[in-house]
Amino acid sequence: MTKNLRVKSSEYIDETNRISFKFNGKTYHGFKGDTLASALLANDVHLVARSFKYHRPRGIMTSGSEEPNAIVQVNPGTNRTEPNVRATEVEIYEGLEASSQNCWPSVEFDIGGINNFLSPFFPAGFYYKTFMWPASFWEKYEFFIRHSAGLGKSPTTTDPDIYDHRNVHCDVLVVGAGISGIMAAKNAAKNNFKTLLVEEKNELGGSTIYENNEFNKIDNKTPSEWLKKEIEELKNIKNLEIKTRTSVAAYHQYNYLLARENLTDHLEAKDKTNKIRQRLLKIRAKKVILATGALERPLIFNNNDRPGIMLSSAIKKYSEFYGVACGSKNVFFTNNDSAYESAISLYNKGINVEAIIDIREQSESKIVKKVKEAGIKIYWSHSIVDTTGYKRLNSISIMKLSNDGTSVTGSKISISCDCLGVAGGWTPAVHLYTQSGSKLKFDEEKKVFLPNQNTSEQISVGSCGGDFKIDEIIKNLNQKLKDTLNINETDFDSIKVEIDQENSKRNIWLLPSDKPIGKTKPFVDYQNDATAKDIKLALREGFRSIEHVKRYTTTGMGTDQGKLGNMHALGIIADTAGVKMGELGTTTFRPPYTPLTFGTIVGRNVGKFFDIFRRTPMNDWHVENKAEFENVGQWKRAWYYPINGETMHQAVQRESKAARESAGILDASTLGKIDIQGSDASEFLNRVYTNAWSKLAIGKCRYGLMLNEDGMVYDDGVTTRLGENHYIMTTTTGGAANVLGKLEDYLQTEWPELDVYLTSVTDHYATASLCGPNSKKILKKIIPDLDLSDENFPHMSFKESKIGNIQCRIMRISFTGEHSYEINVQASYGKDLWEKCIEAGKEFNITPYGTETMHLLRAEKGFIIVGQDTDGTMTPIDLQMDWIVSKKKYDFIGKRSLYRSDTIREDRKQLVGLLTDDPNIVLEEGAQIVSELNQSPVEMLGHVTSSYFSPNLKKSIALAVVRGGKDMMGKKLFVPMENKNINVTVANPVFYDEKNERLNA
Amino acid sequence: MFLINCPYCGERDQQEFKAGGEAHIERPKQPTELSDDEWAEYLFMRKNIKGVQFERWNHAHGCRKWFNMVRDTSNDEIKAIYKMGEKPPSQ
Ligand SMILES: [Zn+2]
Repeated sequence: MTKNLRVKSSEYIDETNRISFKFNGKTYHGFKGDTLASALLANDVHLVARSFKYHRPRGIMTSGSEEPNAIVQVNPGTNRTEPNVRATEVEIYEGLEASSQNCWPSVEFDIGGINNFLSPFFPAGFYYKTFMWPASFWEKYEFFIRHSAGLGKSPTTTDPDIYDHRNVHCDVLVVGAGISGIMAAKNAAKNNFKTLLVEEKNELGGSTIYENNEFNKIDNKTPSEWLKKEIEELKNIKNLEIKTRTSVAAYHQYNYLLARENLTDHLEAKDKTNKIRQRLLKIRAKKVILATGALERPLIFNNNDRPGIMLSSAIKKYSEFYGVACGSKNVFFTNNDSAYESAISLYNKGINVEAIIDIREQSESKIVKKVKEAGIKIYWSHSIVDTTGYKRLNSISIMKLSNDGTSVTGSKISISCDCLGVAGGWTPAVHLYTQSGSKLKFDEEKKVFLPNQNTSEQISVGSCGGDFKIDEIIKNLNQKLKDTLNINETDFDSIKVEIDQENSKRNIWLLPSDKPIGKTKPFVDYQNDATAKDIKLALREGFRSIEHVKRYTTTGMGTDQGKLGNMHALGIIADTAGVKMGELGTTTFRPPYTPLTFGTIVGRNVGKFFDIFRRTPMNDWHVENKAEFENVGQWKRAWYYPINGETMHQAVQRESKAARESAGILDASTLGKIDIQGSDASEFLNRVYTNAWSKLAIGKCRYGLMLNEDGMVYDDGVTTRLGENHYIMTTTTGGAANVLGKLEDYLQTEWPELDVYLTSVTDHYATASLCGPNSKKILKKIIPDLDLSDENFPHMSFKESKIGNIQCRIMRISFTGEHSYEINVQASYGKDLWEKCIEAGKEFNITPYGTETMHLLRAEKGFIIVGQDTDGTMTPIDLQMDWIVSKKKYDFIGKRSLYRSDTIREDRKQLVGLLTDDPNIVLEEGAQIVSELNQSPVEMLGHVTSSYFSPNLKKSIALAVVRGGKDMMGKKLFVPMENKNINVTVANPVFYDEKNERLNA
Repeated sequence: MFLINCPYCGERDQQEFKAGGEAHIERPKQPTELSDDEWAEYLFMRKNIKGVQFERWNHAHGCRKWFNMVRDTSNDEIKAIYKMGEKPPSQ
């Protein structure tokens, strides 16, 4: 039987609503309102985890998101499983299952526990030092490391839940709904600021909501009574939106914050279905008020990590808020007054407190007196030197602390206990503050980092701003609110606060033991098992930068980012190195504050919404005709059209022959189209293309090559002169947006004097490219009135016409070397145009072909594809396209770069054709080319850029870039492959119809 | 994520914008007159300052206009925004 440690009903726990849940396969009961942690503690379960490196038994330490130990796998083995969840944040519901991580076969008996006894062999940097050589052994090591380490298990099936994103704009964002956050939000909203208050827990009020210290009064009420009334009033305030279970993950510049709103994680499975599980709020706030509170610090002493050792404030919350006693024999260990409040809280509920160990010499506050009156023994100037109990704390030993705090003296006293509350003072939660880029300053007296220099409109109020006493909090909050909101009064101007809070504190970062440090285990980072010893070792080994020590010892690098122990790590480094903490600086806290699910990050961008895709107006036809598709940028382009179970190779061979022998048709709608107008349009084209444009007659087309300013080929395409001041430019499919952007850039910034206007019309037109010796006959059938004679409509010219009532633009241009027409109609008529062509072409066996055949046909002609045969290092000269570079033009983009010392080198890689000696061997694209086989190492001369088996030439053809290739015509080279060497000969890259006779066939 | 005040559209989220590198580098009017070194100076050399930097930005997913920004790269404070062709503010 497990013990029931429920002490007294709490208003936050609904004892009429009993809930059963499973932990490590065993069924337990809790109540509505419990977290997994509080429910386990109520069942006297402390041992919930094994530590990461030494597999030491670990218990629940905290009551919030800072929890380093109680990391569990929720709903293991289901499609909703989630690893690395803090038990302190999981609200229980009927049917919840959770299990421990990082232990095998079970948390009670963990084989990895042997690491604890081997720990002298696992110092800081052990993995770095041991597994780095020989390098080839890494794969073997990795197998064992992965097996024995590993936090939770990621889900293996599809996530059934829906995730959402929402943009939120507000005047004031308040983060944290403790006393400061509530007062700030209330007063902001009352003064007509559109206000959003977010709180990571499911209840408002922070720690003040269960603050029943009888010596503290606000307007003659206990802080909790007073705050409850304030919270009640929030309901009637306009302009105020409150979101609970919402945790701010990131605070970026310009007050842009990301918060995760948790909507269904606390619900039973049947209530989760078809609801949004988590929502990412993208918040842009005019002003941000951080009221994130403070985190209690542990104390660093020998064996300070046993199950049953908890933060003092957590013990108080479990007792006051959840009505749970964390132990039946409680002891506190402290350096300030907070532990006394926890002790009194337990005492008032009839829970046994054995003693308080205080490292201070004395304190005279009322709460200390009350503890004395209660008969609780206080050991002043004492420190814990060791603890015992493997799976649960069962005793502590204490000794007298020396005056300077560096050693212990006298005899050892042993105290039996099952729960120890440690209170090391408070660390302002400045994580979000620093994420925003704002700068901290170390307060040497309070031993805390405090907000110092804000980079955006923000304030830090309450304990995250360094105010720990209620009177200070209220006074400073009042003034800060007035300043930041520009208001004259608040509704707590005349509030009366009485307090008995003593800030006296004795700060010792690392408490001494009677044993030498080498024989102790004072944990600084619980999650990553880093001890004070490791930090000192790092310093001895020469590490000085805090960022380096952090990485070497892994302190602060767990999923909790060392929320509990970072300050101690800094303190120990400063003490050891003999420097001031303020000079040491602090490590960087990075988003997210607490881990986010991938679902939250991607939101609705999953499955077919993962990325935008674009389809041409003819797409339905391609689908109906069983085309295979390929992605070109965001476009879905028809790749090839297999019939009767053809392979891609078979389909492409058939399509390529048909296009040359009779007629083929290609959907070219994806080509970029830019409409260019203005009185300086010709001059503009002169400047952006390498060739001359002024003399291009209206109704004529011209191929153009566009360079970057560095002389490298950037894009190409055919531009048509539609009128005196009107052109239409085509670009590559993938380059369309960038070309438009680049042209706009030049027009706006370098040549604002030019009268030119650019409009993207890519989506406005659908384009069917009709090619082959019968294309003319097919077009004639569609547009009988149009004179298609070579005299009236020659190659590289343009006609405006009509297909029935549909206006169309026809360019007689060719990317295949065949007689071809590109027919453009308004996009909505695209499919109609396509079907008309197919119908008219039937008698000529018109064959639709995809991008693969297009690539093959153009390769037969030696036409380049920018981005395939070029890679941003090819000039037009390298491509042997000197013919397109105007010698007469004074300037164009990239011209000057064409005769830089580097671009005129003779041994640059140049585009050539390659023919394999065996015509049946098709080279691999990307294969390397060499001139010697019996030499090692051998110089790589270049590589294959395009390679196909040409059905029209009945042999393998390839394009390649080869160093000095221009002068190698006929030279024998080699393409060494894994199993064989392929003999090749450098050839003219125009393999087919060198005289261009087929254009007019 | 910056909040950028486009001189044509007003305040917009950074994701609508594209950064375009250092500002006020004018394309030489007569490139052919330049030596290799002079041309390389224009072509390749860009500052990368920790501190106040003059930059070009484009409202790529908005009005598509280019403009200039003065930004402190050490804390990302945007100190000024002005249109192309306007004189940069004096420091
Ligand atoms: Zn704009």
